[in-house]
Amino acid sequence: MTSYIAKRLLVAIPTLLIVSVFVFLLQKLLPGDPILALAGEERDPATIEFLRAKYHLNDPIVWQYIYWFRDLLHGDLGISLRTNQPVTELIAEKLPVTIQLAVLAMIIAMGIGIPAGILAAVRKNSALDVAANLVALSGLSVPNFWLGIMLILLVSVNLGWLPASGYAPLFSDPVRALETMIMPAFVLSTPLAATLMRHTRSAMLGALKADYVRTARAKGLSPRVVVLEHGFRNALLPIVTLSALLFGDLLAGAVLTEQIFTIPGFGKLIVDAVFNRDYAVVQGVVLCTAVGFILMNLLADVLYVLLNPRMRAAL
Amino acid sequence: MIPASVLAVDKLCVDARTPEGLRRVIDDVSFSLTAGETLCIAGESGSGKSVTSLAIMGLLPKTSLQIASGSIALEGRELSRLPNRAMRSVRGGDIAMVFQEPMTSLNPVMSIGAQLTEAIREHQGSEGKSADATALRMLDAVHMSEPAKRLKQYPHELSGGMRQRVMIAMALSCRPKVLIADEPTTALDVTVQAQILRLINELKREFGASVVLITHDMGVVAQMADRVIIMQSGRIIEQGEAVPLFGAPRERYTRELLAAVPRLGSCSGTEGPPRKGAQPAQPPAADRQPVLTVQKLDVTYGKATGWLFGKTPPLPVVSDVSFEILPGQTLGLVGESGSGKSTTGKAVLGLLPFKGNVVIDNRNIAGLSQRQMRPVRRCAQMIFQDPYASLDPRMAVGAAIAEPLVIHGLANKGEREDRVADLLRRVGLAPDSASRYPHEFSGGQRQRICIARALALGPKLIVADESVAALDVSVRAHVLDLMLELQETMGLAYLLISHDMAVIEQMSHNVAVMRSGRIVEMGSRRSVFETPRNAYTQALIEAVPVPDPRRRHLV
Repeated sequence: MTSYIAKRLLVAIPTLLIVSVFVFLLQKLLPGDPILALAGEERDPATIEFLRAKYHLNDPIVWQYIYWFRDLLHGDLGISLRTNQPVTELIAEKLPVTIQLAVLAMIIAMGIGIPAGILAAVRKNSALDVAANLVALSGLSVPNFWLGIMLILLVSVNLGWLPASGYAPLFSDPVRALETMIMPAFVLSTPLAATLMRHTRSAMLGALKADYVRTARAKGLSPRVVVLEHGFRNALLPIVTLSALLFGDLLAGAVLTEQIFTIPGFGKLIVDAVFNRDYAVVQGVVLCTAVGFILMNLLADVLYVLLNPRMRAAL
Repeated sequence: MIPASVLAVDKLCVDARTPEGLRRVIDDVSFSLTAGETLCIAGESGSGKSVTSLAIMGLLPKTSLQIASGSIALEGRELSRLPNRAMRSVRGGDIAMVFQEPMTSLNPVMSIGAQLTEAIREHQGSEGKSADATALRMLDAVHMSEPAKRLKQYPHELSGGMRQRVMIAMALSCRPKVLIADEPTTALDVTVQAQILRLINELKREFGASVVLITHDMGVVAQMADRVIIMQSGRIIEQGEAVPLFGAPRERYTRELLAAVPRLGSCSGTEGPPRKGAQPAQPPAADRQPVLTVQKLDVTYGKATGWLFGKTPPLPVVSDVSFEILPGQTLGLVGESGSGKSTTGKAVLGLLPFKGNVVIDNRNIAGLSQRQMRPVRRCAQMIFQDPYASLDPRMAVGAAIAEPLVIHGLANKGEREDRVADLLRRVGLAPDSASRYPHEFSGGQRQRICIARALALGPKLIVADESVAALDVSVRAHVLDLMLELQETMGLAYLLISHDMAVIEQMSHNVAVMRSGRIVEMGSRRSVFETPRNAYTQALIEAVPVPDPRRRHLV
């Protein structure tokens, strides 16, 4: 198992290298010159020249990449042009917020999507199945921002049950944290819950038709045991893989939701950075998201092996 | 004294829900099972034998099948109207079932131990240690090697025969009164089949259960049954004691069914397969060039991959196989699963990379590219095992048969139509079948279509891989007859690959027995079947169930 994980990590290295090249080139491709922005109103040629030299902007592009990559390996992602804070610090500050949001959204999505999928499969073609499918379809087709705004209007403005925006750290103020997070997390989870429901349903339909489920019923086991322990345990494999991949999506997909609920997270960080041409921050955020994706992929593979005795044996 | 009946089925009718309304699939079926008896329900596919067993178990799929009328009583207790919860204690407790597919009937993500103990817990209320001990005892009872280790293993780590032993252990673990075994040995090799049948008989005595054995194989019926029920299209055609039923069947269908059963040794004393017409005038064998010569064929699976990790050595699946086939002759390649017989068949047609020489019609195909293979493929074709999967469901039959002609750029449209009509007639189908689609045909008819397609290019050699294994006995006999007739009229050479000794005996001039990738014995049909020298060949022949209840050699 350890060797399998080590192997997968090694395979991830070239992917990360390629990502780093793209992220680096990103700054070169974007319009606008950060030095001009830095040099201030006067645009003094001497200052510009000094800054160019300082940031190695006169060197060949390959060298610029190598300098950048060297700093990267030292954990130095540069300094935000706007706030003069190190980018690593900014990320360390904002990332936990988004992870908190994403984890909560994932819990909600799995909590709704998987049971709904199982029920829809067990009662295939019943009213319940049709209803679950309809809800899932709407979950996929209703845009996040619209749902978010509507929820704010209804729950916060009209009913006054939950705050419309804001953020509190989970560990210092858990009640307030949940209050502020639950609505955005729900909004974020809807398309996921729908996707999970559809996949769970089809995986369960396949599993329930299998010979081993017939064997389980022939043993006289209760329907609950047949469906959950025999059917669902087999259907679980693709669902777990999918969930891990969807979680990677969540990290990147939180942008809109964070904007609507003004949550000071990762998504907000990148949007602000893009508007401000704060390239170091953009690079840092994109790199971080990519690493997150790769880690989630790795997690998906590892979980798949752990849950599948056939794969476990092959290691 | 009349022996007490354990299970009584009375006037059972089952309906299937179809888009056109209800259709009766089991019609007025009545029988009873006495204590300690083995009752065999025999019939061809669609006869309703499996549906009957599922109805007894209360396992009919609710959305498609329902009991319309009749009763099923276990020791006088009516089962068909039992509420679900009460039925659950009957299932697995009083009546247990073993299914056909040992490869898929066990849960792949649960250990053998967990799957064994869950039924024991459910029905006997025993917990933890005592359930484990029972599981261990059961594995021991089914003669599983290293039972303690097996409990921790997963299904994929066991062979088909071992999995079926686990299924039987599971079924008997709660000491049921009735064991229903639905084609328990159909998916197994013939030597393993003999072991499992012996085991069922032994455990029946030991555990005092009555057995309902469902099978299509009249050989198995003859070896196992005290009483026999013959079913066709949902009805019981005939039932009675095994010996009189086999000796003097009353009904015409039973007689036909028994007549179609291939009997090992039915061709003894003759050299070639039976011929319809007068022996065609053929030059003496010595003058003829072989259509196919195989020399020192080696096939390996897997290659040393990965520059960084894991080098798995290539696994030899066929080694040092040599044979030749003369025009108009059949070489029967027989062996159990994993013996490499199918791999040999594929390699011979260049469908797999191989080492050695394969000469088809004087052309050595070793090392030929796909393009260079094309002209060779015209004279060597293949018929596959599964007639359902080997025809494109969206392609009309005529187009499927004409496809080889199109690929090879032979014949224009009009000529192709004539050729297709001619081929369909040849294989015994109406020429107007050409515009119909595969799903409109039965399994046997589909296999005829596959044969027509293989014949389209006028081949000299046909590789037939288990081509009749998926067919019912009566259909199988017709398809085999067709193949013999085509050989006679067209001078075809067959490489006939089969696990079925009776089919091989009936069809072959020469026989090669394969085991673990090697030919262990090869010779004329007569010498291999009548005076087998190799111990494995002898074991294979002995394991074939003889369809005569007076000659019980297996149990």
